[in-house]
Amino acid sequence: MIARRTRDQLAQRVARDIPEGAYVNLGIGLPTLVANHLPAEREIILHTENGLLGMGPAPAAGHEDFDLINAGKQPVTALPGAAYFHHADSFAMMRGGHLDICVLGGFQVSVTGDLANWHTGAPDAIPAVGGAMDLAIGAKSVFVMMEHTTKDGTSKIVESCSYPLTGIGCVTRVYTDLAVLAVLPGRGLGVIDMVDGLTLSELESISGVALFMDASGTGSG
Amino acid sequence: MIDKIEPNARRALAGLTDGMTVMIGGFGGAGQPNHLINALIDCDVGELTVINNNAGNGDAGLAALLLAGRVRKIVCSFPRQVDSHVFDKLYREKRIELELVPQGNLAERIRAAGAGIGAFFSPTGFGTELTRGRETRRIDGRDYVLELPLHADFALISALDGDRWGNLTYRKTARNFGPVMAMAAKTTVAQVKNVVELGALDPETVITPGIFVQKVVPVTEDA
Repeated sequence: MIARRTRDQLAQRVARDIPEGAYVNLGIGLPTLVANHLPAEREIILHTENGLLGMGPAPAAGHEDFDLINAGKQPVTALPGAAYFHHADSFAMMRGGHLDICVLGGFQVSVTGDLANWHTGAPDAIPAVGGAMDLAIGAKSVFVMMEHTTKDGTSKIVESCSYPLTGIGCVTRVYTDLAVLAVLPGRGLGVIDMVDGLTLSELESISGVALFMDASGTGSG
Repeated sequence: MIDKIEPNARRALAGLTDGMTVMIGGFGGAGQPNHLINALIDCDVGELTVINNNAGNGDAGLAALLLAGRVRKIVCSFPRQVDSHVFDKLYREKRIELELVPQGNLAERIRAAGAGIGAFFSPTGFGTELTRGRETRRIDGRDYVLELPLHADFALISALDGDRWGNLTYRKTARNFGPVMAMAAKTTVAQVKNVVELGALDPETVITPGIFVQKVVPVTEDA
């Protein structure tokens, strides 16, 4: 029996890899959950693209301030030590390589670390990109957090993305409900860990791409 | 005496005519200058190109401007949202043109216009369909795409405090595009919550210096 990670377990697994002192941007959707699992003893500074470092949790009901929102346009709070800034500065923090980690959702990640996460390319879909492309190429480490497969079982880990790209070779690690994978340039995808009940060959079969155990266990590379 | 305070929003928009390019500040509702947008709707101008991060939320502000049929083209990064029904319908009916720009390139192209930069190379969007066909360059082993500045005839922004010289402060994340848009337009009109006496603002806390602002419009509480 394969013990797939729940959404909260996945968020907890990502949070474990975010170190003390890191400046971190959490994307809209699933990545937002990571904030709930950051270890309280670590001082981690959250960045939101619309102009705030030191973002805190949602305010109590009745205390919403709609001048103080996150990238998903939900009311948030500012922690002691927070700073506000305009949009060009906010994206300089990404593009300029100042942000340590961003956590993004994904439609597909390729074995070489290409990411597709902004558009399905469907003719009737209204495209929207936001800050995804800036985060993908800008943050020092790009963590992608997604279900390993689509609802019909198709792998979201692919040889080559069929959806429109967000960035080329930009992904550092992939966190899924089945495994944590490191993109190792020139080598492919190394498995850092898998959920209980799963073997490497089973994971390869689900993924449809060649994988190997990342012996270092750190995914550095 | 310099006095940029203009209590009448429609008068503040004098000179804004058909076919112009208008930057509108805000990220979703935060920092959206609804008082000025409502005045723009009253002005009866059309065929506008609007530059904003989004394409309207709900039915007020930018969404109302779109619904009034005044916008020919929108340049933005994130049009599709849970409450972007006005834009969605116009787009599906092919009644509005969309130029989709990655958000950081949008902000920096606006900043570049205000700073007099002719063009710049950005790594964002390299190899994607949003930069297809554009000039690229490899610099120190990294790939970049040529980005051109985004200018505007008018910028409509929202600020917290403003004085008669046009110095502005902002409130929390409502700052977003205000400072860069103010720099990039020929005429910048700022709606402000409070008009303050000259000298009341601590110069250390002024975010947009008045040189970038042509008109300051006080907003009444209900706007």
